[in-house]
Amino acid sequence: MTDQDLLPEEPLAVRKLRERFSESVLAATEFRGEWTVLAAKSRAIEMCRFLRGDVDLQMVYLVDLFAIHWMDHEYEHEVVILVHSFRRNERLRLKVRLAPGEAMPTLTEIHPGAEWHEREAFDLVGVVFEGHPDLRRILMPEDYDAHPLRKDFPVRGW
Amino acid sequence: MTARPSPGAAYTVERDDLNPEILTINMGPSHPSTHGVLRLVLKLDGERVVSCVPDLGYLHRGMEKIAENKTYHQFIPYTDRLDYLAPLSTNVAYVLAVEKLMGLTIPPRGQVIRVICCEIARISSHLLWLGTHALDLGAATVFFHTFREREVLYTLIEQLTGARLTTSYTRVGGLACDLPDGWTDGVRRFVNSFPKKVDEFEKLLTRNRIWMDRTQNVGVISKEDAIAYGVSGPNLRAAGVEFDLRKAFPYSSYEQFEFEIPTGTVGDIYDRYLVRMEEMRQATRILDQALRKLPGGPINNESRKVLLPDKTRVLTAMEDLIHQFMLVTEALTPPPGEVYHAVEAPKGEVGFYICSTGGKSPYRLRIRSASFCNLHVLSKIVTGGLVADVVATIASLDPVMGEVDR
Repeated sequence: MTDQDLLPEEPLAVRKLRERFSESVLAATEFRGEWTVLAAKSRAIEMCRFLRGDVDLQMVYLVDLFAIHWMDHEYEHEVVILVHSFRRNERLRLKVRLAPGEAMPTLTEIHPGAEWHEREAFDLVGVVFEGHPDLRRILMPEDYDAHPLRKDFPVRGW
Repeated sequence: MTARPSPGAAYTVERDDLNPEILTINMGPSHPSTHGVLRLVLKLDGERVVSCVPDLGYLHRGMEKIAENKTYHQFIPYTDRLDYLAPLSTNVAYVLAVEKLMGLTIPPRGQVIRVICCEIARISSHLLWLGTHALDLGAATVFFHTFREREVLYTLIEQLTGARLTTSYTRVGGLACDLPDGWTDGVRRFVNSFPKKVDEFEKLLTRNRIWMDRTQNVGVISKEDAIAYGVSGPNLRAAGVEFDLRKAFPYSSYEQFEFEIPTGTVGDIYDRYLVRMEEMRQATRILDQALRKLPGGPINNESRKVLLPDKTRVLTAMEDLIHQFMLVTEALTPPPGEVYHAVEAPKGEVGFYICSTGGKSPYRLRIRSASFCNLHVLSKIVTGGLVADVVATIASLDPVMGEVDR
């Protein structure tokens, strides 16, 4: 038995993404029954559109979108997108890694609900979403000049 | 005065000289009908709302940042303060996420007690929603009736957890304590009397001409919009989507309970009202089943590396003393990984995403709150409507700002 045999079978959404986007699916991992697909930034938006529009998948519901700041990695941010399919009652997590200074294309055209989530990711983590209709701070005051959820932001005092 | 472009132009309350008939008014953050510290900047053309810009963040406490500097157990009290109208529900949501990360399960008794907690939280949250919603529309009587019932539940919550609001009842791997003696009798009395009370509330409102006129075909969320904006909970079901996390991804033994998911057809305020009324009945039904099947046995996971051992054993058994020492000094260290766990809270889907790198605190903890997404759809559904309906619509979405601003 090889390691390959021990891995759980990939769900339909992951297989379909691999089939259609081949090398743009950088990795697909499972942990505690949840699947995460690491997507190449260049095709991430296309993938979301595909997941939403595919007849079998219909991942039409954007559950959540947020960003994680990483230090000491070659990438600076990870944008995490969680989508749900009412048809299949399945969820899939997409992750996009952004190099320092890189912007993320907006999801608002595919999922209007992403608008506030993206504003929050911009406000708290400092990810810029290209093409966002109204990229303003949402929780912190407008004249605030830092992004508190970055890891270089101190927990106490500022 | 020279015109100065400012980043907050959307929020400024100024007269627009090019459109003198457009009146800009500020609503909130301290306004009895915004249910907390929500601020809206409304532009009105007569009685019609031309635009509505919500301004959030007045209750932002940086919960997600705080979590990065706390141990997993230390964060539990903060979850009380997210949806402060149903803290038990958020307590359960958080520990389920940590338990998923650690691969823990808890014994059946603990699971059923958690179900009881969630359903009590649901009913008390819906009672507050109903009372204030009716009050906002001028039906003050309902408020007193719902608060009388809510008081019964808060007394039960106080007996169970020692606090009315800051419950912090759950622990990773179990619960703070077992049910107090005779507590289930109190719940039983409530379960027996409550369905009649719901009928009474309905008598006051459901066929009330004024109530119907103010709520029917007002603040309509279409099925498409509800899905596109990530609306969840009763608001989503009122729009006609039969989706409930208790059925879709059952947790904490919900798969063993029989209940129905009420849905609406129009998606207006009236539908949201009817859905929540039925949810209170279904929650009572779940409580009834939970009391009947409440198993005996332990409430906590048996692994002593997770929960503090019993104090009497700490003082007599060496091994327990070691576990106590390790837990207090080293805290829980879940394995590296990332999980998301969501529960069907009274307001909708409340989920915790935890990214762990193997340390004592989460590397990143993300709170997916129901009210944040539900509130997003507000400006869309009030635009074009009457200003008086804004108040009704906010109340019907049932946002709680502790959860929106986090």
